[in-house]
Amino acid sequence: MRLLGFITVVLLGGLLFHLSLDFPDLGDASSPAATHVSPYYIEHTMEDTSVPNIVTAVLADYRGYDTLFETAVIFSAGLACFFLMRISERTAPKARFYRHLPTGLTLRIEKGGKIPEDTREFERIDSVWVPYDVIITMTCRLVVPFIQLFALYVIAHGHHSPGGGFQGGVIFGAAIILYAISNNLRRTLRRMSERMSALFGSVGVIIYGGTGMLCLLLGAGFLDYRGMASLLGVDPVSARSYSILIVETGVGLAVTAVMVWIYYNLSSAGKQDEGL
Amino acid sequence: MESLATFILTKYNYWAVIILLVIGLYAMIAKKNLVKKIIGMNIFQTAIILFYVSIGTKRGATLPIIEHAHGDSAHAVHAADYINPLPHVLMLTAIVVSVATLGVALALAMKIHAQYGTLEEDEIQEKIMESEPGSTSTSG
Repeated sequence: MRLLGFITVVLLGGLLFHLSLDFPDLGDASSPAATHVSPYYIEHTMEDTSVPNIVTAVLADYRGYDTLFETAVIFSAGLACFFLMRISERTAPKARFYRHLPTGLTLRIEKGGKIPEDTREFERIDSVWVPYDVIITMTCRLVVPFIQLFALYVIAHGHHSPGGGFQGGVIFGAAIILYAISNNLRRTLRRMSERMSALFGSVGVIIYGGTGMLCLLLGAGFLDYRGMASLLGVDPVSARSYSILIVETGVGLAVTAVMVWIYYNLSSAGKQDEGL
Repeated sequence: MESLATFILTKYNYWAVIILLVIGLYAMIAKKNLVKKIIGMNIFQTAIILFYVSIGTKRGATLPIIEHAHGDSAHAVHAADYINPLPHVLMLTAIVVSVATLGVALALAMKIHAQYGTLEEDEIQEKIMESEPGSTSTSG
């Protein structure tokens, strides 16, 4: 199998190498990819949508259907992970373990024992010993808000600079995942519960699809943002620009929530306890 | 000699893509470990993403954000001045979707590991064959 696979890929590589000689040169402005539809996008984006970042305009406006269903695919991936992994523990564990944060002592509390209430000093942990590192925890606590702020900037400034809903959503999700890695999953779940991530994911997709439906109700085509002009009280060109921002916000919400949701389920094997 | 250099410089992006693509395909065919197969699939996807992004370039063009200033009246935009935005759009969504599908693939791998206690393909095959003749009622 190994030899057969090697022969196959070498043959394929040789064939592709031979074919690559017929491909257009790198940076050729008259290559087929650069001649059909892309010149229209480059030359008319500004007058059609008043969005300088052509990538954003094409993503959310000209090819809005594509992006709508990409968002739906991402949401379905989050759902698939949830249905595959999630285990709800019905029986209470025999003993719970708590770490006293100021001293680093671990307490074992048998079933029926008094559970410490002050969550600032006591932290529930699993029986598998997890090291506690104050430097990593504090550094990440300082860094996470700035990453989140940057993510919001990337979403909001997607019209004028590289960015948009997908990139900003991934950065925001990465910030929450960083918090979950540096602290632990229980504490992260208190900040952003699983219910919330599922809700945000679906709300993001609904914002996108709802914007399209709203355009339909206002007399334009599905995802034809010119229909939003009367609702937003601006001219059709600005309406397209504003609607792109609305749609990108929906994408950002969905991507953030789904990234975090997938991490929750994968890192704790569906139990959603301590995590990594 | 100079013609060889120009030949290499105009085609090397495809060769890099082909090398990555072949590495990914080899991992998917020849590796027995399921996680290695999944990572091979991801390398394959990376090759496709690089291919799309590299065919979007134009010599002497800048990134696809139209230069603008406040109060600037609309000026003519030439397609040759900006690189092709379409591959960037397609790959932007493909990257995020590939991360999401990677999550699903890893979730499936974790489920398989929980069921069979291994991620090696041949060992899983053996365990399936062992459980097949005796048990007809417990399947799945």
